[in-house]
Amino acid sequence: MATTDIGLWGVPLAILGGAIRVSTPFIFVSLGETITERSGRINLGLEGILVFGAMTAYAVAVMTASPWLGLLAAAGAGACFGLFHGWICKFPRVNDIAIGIALMLFGTGLAFFFGKSFIQPLAPHLPALPFGFWSDVPQVRAALDVNVLFLIGAFLAAALWWAFRNTRIGLIIRVVGDSADAARAMGVNPDRVRLLATAAGSALAAIGGGYLSLYYPGSWNESISSGQGLMAVALVIFSRWNPLGCFAAAILFGGAGALGPALQSVGVSHGYYLFYAAPYVLTLAIMIATSSPGRTLAGAPGELSITK
Amino acid sequence: MAEDGQKAISVEAVGMTMRFGGFTALDDVSIRIPAGSFHALLGENGAGKSTLVKCMMGFYRPTAGQMMVEGREELVDSPRAAAAFGLGMVYQHFTLVPSLTGAENLVINRTDTPQVIDWGKERAALHAFMQAMPFQVPLDEPVARLAAGEKQKLEIIKQLYLGRRFIVLDEPTSVLTPGEADEVLGHVRRMTKRGELTVLMISHKFNEVMTFADDVTVLRKGQRAGGGKVAELDHQAMAAMMIGDQKIATLDVRQPVAADAAAALTATDVKALDRTGLKSITIAGLTVRAGEIVGIAGISGNGQKEFLEVLAGQRHRETGEITVKGARYHATRGEAHALNVRFIPEEPLRNACAPRMTVADNLAFRTFDLDKRGRHSFWIDAGAIRRNADRLVTRFKVKTASLDTPIAALSGGNVQRAVLARELTGEVDVLIVANPCFGLDFAAVADIRARIMQARNAGAAVLLVSEDLDELLELSDRILVMSEGSIVYETPIAGADSRVIGQHMAGHH
Repeated sequence: MATTDIGLWGVPLAILGGAIRVSTPFIFVSLGETITERSGRINLGLEGILVFGAMTAYAVAVMTASPWLGLLAAAGAGACFGLFHGWICKFPRVNDIAIGIALMLFGTGLAFFFGKSFIQPLAPHLPALPFGFWSDVPQVRAALDVNVLFLIGAFLAAALWWAFRNTRIGLIIRVVGDSADAARAMGVNPDRVRLLATAAGSALAAIGGGYLSLYYPGSWNESISSGQGLMAVALVIFSRWNPLGCFAAAILFGGAGALGPALQSVGVSHGYYLFYAAPYVLTLAIMIATSSPGRTLAGAPGELSITK
Repeated sequence: MAEDGQKAISVEAVGMTMRFGGFTALDDVSIRIPAGSFHALLGENGAGKSTLVKCMMGFYRPTAGQMMVEGREELVDSPRAAAAFGLGMVYQHFTLVPSLTGAENLVINRTDTPQVIDWGKERAALHAFMQAMPFQVPLDEPVARLAAGEKQKLEIIKQLYLGRRFIVLDEPTSVLTPGEADEVLGHVRRMTKRGELTVLMISHKFNEVMTFADDVTVLRKGQRAGGGKVAELDHQAMAAMMIGDQKIATLDVRQPVAADAAAALTATDVKALDRTGLKSITIAGLTVRAGEIVGIAGISGNGQKEFLEVLAGQRHRETGEITVKGARYHATRGEAHALNVRFIPEEPLRNACAPRMTVADNLAFRTFDLDKRGRHSFWIDAGAIRRNADRLVTRFKVKTASLDTPIAALSGGNVQRAVLARELTGEVDVLIVANPCFGLDFAAVADIRARIMQARNAGAAVLLVSEDLDELLELSDRILVMSEGSIVYETPIAGADSRVIGQHMAGHH
């Protein structure tokens, strides 16, 4: 199909499409971290888990020719990392942040080690739904080609938001995250809840990694992640531990991330590198604007080691 | 869930003994609480009250001893087992989850909470349950937003909602105004009279024991020091059982405030954001003159903490001015030193000490970087620090194993003594104190109050913020009440009436 020139309209379209594409891993990682942090733990290892998830998903997809099996394997691997994190953190005087950083390096290193032989072969991609079928303009079609994981992520955000209010499990996670004493008093073992919450969160983060290698950019290499796992932790704080907020924040970040490429595509040939930094500038700006030294962070789980 | 016509149960502990290593925290204590009675457990800190209760509720496995429920020997080896027998406990530190609403807190504590909660149905059930309750609490607000009194009520409602028919109240009124305390305990008292509930209340306030309890047991040093029917005992008898033959410090005679005493500390139009950042506190005008104690009463969370933080320079003030002896004061270390301002925050171990540093180091915080002539010096004089610590520990009777003990290892009373020793040495012109006696035992409380009075008589202007109205009534020359971030009431001590003060504290003004 020939490219139709749509002028400056290309910028918002490219940002929309980019927002959807770029935000998907953020959605999964931040939702996962929301579950973990709501239970009172911080898992900074998500970056490593994300990279390992990307490698696992790609490798399994190459071997089985099914991207879905790849994602499943990634989730399983992620859960194992999460269980490992949760298990170590249950010991006294273990700092979850330090373990997270160790896990981040470990996951990345392990992924590079196992992933060497999968840099060459091609894996099948995850499907996308063509919501832009009604249009003849290729840019519109490209922007509205929505990948399935984005839709699942959107649904998951709403489901988590609902579950934190309306299910027993959701309430128990919040209880454990806010007051371990209260949880113990009602006969809940905080360590077990956190173990499972970290495992679930890590599984989601690994799925986010799987998206990177199986959809966008859609290949496995050692520079596949550009810090999504770490940025997602900031996203969770920014969205005040609210799953719907995570979704919105992820889109915002995705959009900001797409600004640079979008400008480049309409022919802005210099200075666009500055716009590549937009997500990071945005993070800083928002964090500064929404925080204050004289006030406690509203909505922060009381058991979190950063708020204690 | 509570059912109609629920009946109180009788509980008895026989020969409870608890040893931690070589230390006997509880020595062969028996206590019998008949169904539908209100029993008080009196004792100093460390007398074994909470050890006894924890043994009864299954938190500890007693070294020896037996629990009887409804006259039958039962094994209560975990809080869950206690719950199954209908035994529940309301802790001094709330166990409600702050970010959950009241309704969520109640429902999640049930053992039969369904996987998916049908809030429509639960709300209706809760509404019906609350109709039968003696007091009402908003259930749709996050608990963090409730006042202390409401939290306390909600804790009790929670126990009833969970079907407990014997409840332990651990110093239930320490966070309540006198009015709230009477209301809550009055309702509980009526429930015991109706035979719906049996209550064991841990307390150190004689008044509430006299007013509400049927029987009392007094513990001292892990042993039963006495007890019996409250009607047959008086304050003196109970105090004697509690304290034994310890020597208690007495307050100095209050020197009259000189008519022309200069204003030592003033705050004018001070405005600052509170910790939520949503509301602000406003102090229109406050003056503390040399040689007087001005007490600020108020339920915690009404801006006292923020005001103290402003005075201590820990919180940004948006407008207004603070002066000390006529000079503008910004709470820098230099100013505090030059103007002789001393600050003793609440929970001194957390807010005024470095818990893992030694007693000697902690005692040197104000002077460690000054040489003999009071100038800054680069080198630390370890010998001077030790000599200073040695002198203060003796003078203020701080009980510590050695000067090199981490201060966190000291008991609460001794930490407070150490902090007082540090802050009250030398010239003191302005002393700001917050809740100095919270959680301390009799002897320590008397000691510390005597020290504050001495400082006042020596000419210091004292600003005393306390949640304990009795303390304020005992020490203050004037009492101010803070409510919702501003001072709403002021009275000289001669005309102070705890009822009126309580009403202002509760926001009825």
